[in-house]
Amino acid sequence: MLKRLAASAIAAASIFVAAADTPAEAAKAVPVPDYDFSFDGVFGTFDQMAKQRGFQVYREVCAACHGVRFIAFRNLMALGYSEEEVKALAAEYMVEDGPDENGDMFTRPGIPADRIPSPYRNEQEARLLNNGAYPPDLSLMAKKRKGGPDYIKALLVGYGEPPADVELMPGMYWNDYFPGHQIAMPEILFDGSVTYADGTEATLEQMSLDLATFLMWTAEPSMDQRKQTGISVMLFLLVFTGLMYAVKRKVWADIH
Amino acid sequence: MAFQSNNALVRWIDHRLPIFTFMNAELNEYPTPRNLSYMWNFGSLAGIVLVIMIATGILMAMQYTPHIDHAFDSVERIMRDVNSGWLLRYVHMNGAHFFFIVVYLHILRGLYYGSYKAPREILWMIGVVILLLMMATAFMGYVLPWGQMSFWGATVITNLFSAIPFIGPDIVVWLWGGFSVENPTLNRFFALHYLLPFVIVGMVFLHLWALHRFGSNNPLGIDAKGPQDKIPFHPYYTTKDLFGLGVFLLVFCAVVFFAPNYMGHPENYIQANPLVTPPHIVPEWYFLPFYAILRAITFDIGIPFTGIVLIDAKLGGVIAMFGAIAVLFVLPWLDRSPVRSGRFRPVFKQFFWLLLVALVVLGYMGAMPAEQPYVAISQIATAYYFAYFIVILPLLSILERPKPLPASISEPVLKGGGSVAGATAKPMEKP
Repeated sequence: MLKRLAASAIAAASIFVAAADTPAEAAKAVPVPDYDFSFDGVFGTFDQMAKQRGFQVYREVCAACHGVRFIAFRNLMALGYSEEEVKALAAEYMVEDGPDENGDMFTRPGIPADRIPSPYRNEQEARLLNNGAYPPDLSLMAKKRKGGPDYIKALLVGYGEPPADVELMPGMYWNDYFPGHQIAMPEILFDGSVTYADGTEATLEQMSLDLATFLMWTAEPSMDQRKQTGISVMLFLLVFTGLMYAVKRKVWADIH
Repeated sequence: MAFQSNNALVRWIDHRLPIFTFMNAELNEYPTPRNLSYMWNFGSLAGIVLVIMIATGILMAMQYTPHIDHAFDSVERIMRDVNSGWLLRYVHMNGAHFFFIVVYLHILRGLYYGSYKAPREILWMIGVVILLLMMATAFMGYVLPWGQMSFWGATVITNLFSAIPFIGPDIVVWLWGGFSVENPTLNRFFALHYLLPFVIVGMVFLHLWALHRFGSNNPLGIDAKGPQDKIPFHPYYTTKDLFGLGVFLLVFCAVVFFAPNYMGHPENYIQANPLVTPPHIVPEWYFLPFYAILRAITFDIGIPFTGIVLIDAKLGGVIAMFGAIAVLFVLPWLDRSPVRSGRFRPVFKQFFWLLLVALVVLGYMGAMPAEQPYVAISQIATAYYFAYFIVILPLLSILERPKPLPASISEPVLKGGGSVAGATAKPMEKP
């Protein structure tokens, strides 16, 4: 009976861990809907075109304020771009380099080995130009927020009017999914904000889904490889464990 | 049976350094109780996880930069640019979680079957030392990625030492190597995180040495009466351990490959920022019960009615937290019952499962904010935790009437409510 109590306590605790939530934060954060992503589940992989579309949204909208500082241009080949396309894209950016033989820093067109330049030189400049707010780097956004890509998509579609009894602080906007609901980032993504290169209709739903996919990739670029390896590893281990079970049974046959 | 070899070189070496004789005696012929259950798998599993941790850790140390400006980025570089770096890091990161799962099960098995009792007291105490070393290593390892939880966890835990009277604040400065958690702190944590696992390896050898002196305890908790009670370690337990390893790896790899961040905290993917406190600082799950005990002491302890405070709440919490481990050192002398196995101790058994409930409750409370009713519940569970060791076990040693013990391991085994089970094990000769 107490053994059963202990077992149920452990079960309850693991459900709690699975929820990975704490009341203190739950009071502020709203549960995020579970959206369908191409990379969901054990067999899910990144949708290549969604990553490209997401990158386009990032480049044309988000990049005005947010960096993806862990991503180099060369990494974009994982999105399906050719080396020439990546070289051409990198060359559109000016990158600081140096010092040269005179001891001076200089700017030059980007090359694939360069990281994608962030919009601000540092946090101070970012805050100065954004009314005191600091647009965070997006590289790891899909891993550093509870809910990950679901949270990113929810946030982008979660703008709206505040409830009547809430007075927004100056320069803040209402968001259903932002912890505390008052966010310094204005609603920036609307139907048709970009014209997709592949002709997909750029609805808010579509763009937020694509962007969340792209940001999941920037946070976890090796995800496809990880899952692929994992499936082989699990198959091997199943055979290994089955074999070991048979060996154990055989060896112990004279004892039991 | 003495070790013999057909290989002349092996014989030549063994005559001068009897390492083959030693390995044969300790890993091959080593007599082991024939009735060990799968609860006895976790010792060898812990050893294997330790090797995995050291191997992945050394490889990552070759790419990691222990500097507050570069640590976070160097971990991301391992994840992105180092060949299979993501695999190394996820194995190492989740390996820490599974190390504690395995070791906690190993300890609970020892608690239930009385593996700490004579003549295995020193074996048990070395185990407690290993647990302490593991905790220190895990704590310092968690600081290395220099995320928000790394930094704030390090700040909270090192600040605990300031509770020591008079010299506490100086000790904290000494631990930090500065006036806050800074670059020297990260550097020394890296140095110690690299060093301590090898100290653990040394302690594991002592642990095994002490174990092999009398051999494993067993689910019946009685000593072997003769060779019919024991079987050689190989091939019986080598195959059983390998099957257990397969099951373990299936679970472990499922997490590593399909949910590698499941047990981690998202906050640690934000680079450490001394100016921004996370809304909720929580340690990793394996520290939560002890964290709950720390925070359960919310009252000063002093002389009643005089207002004189002897131990303030903060120091009391620190003492309770370290005391929760320290009490394990003296456990062999608190539980005086001559019966080892919980199977034959009907009252002990109930209190044991309650201890497990208390630990789970404490783990849950450790993740809650320090508010009511969580604090009150933590206090009750903490009181039970200490009462179990300091009051209940000594009393049970005197008051409890254990069930009759079976005559030997290979004799008919008593089961359930003391009725004799039908099966008779046949005497077993060593093959």
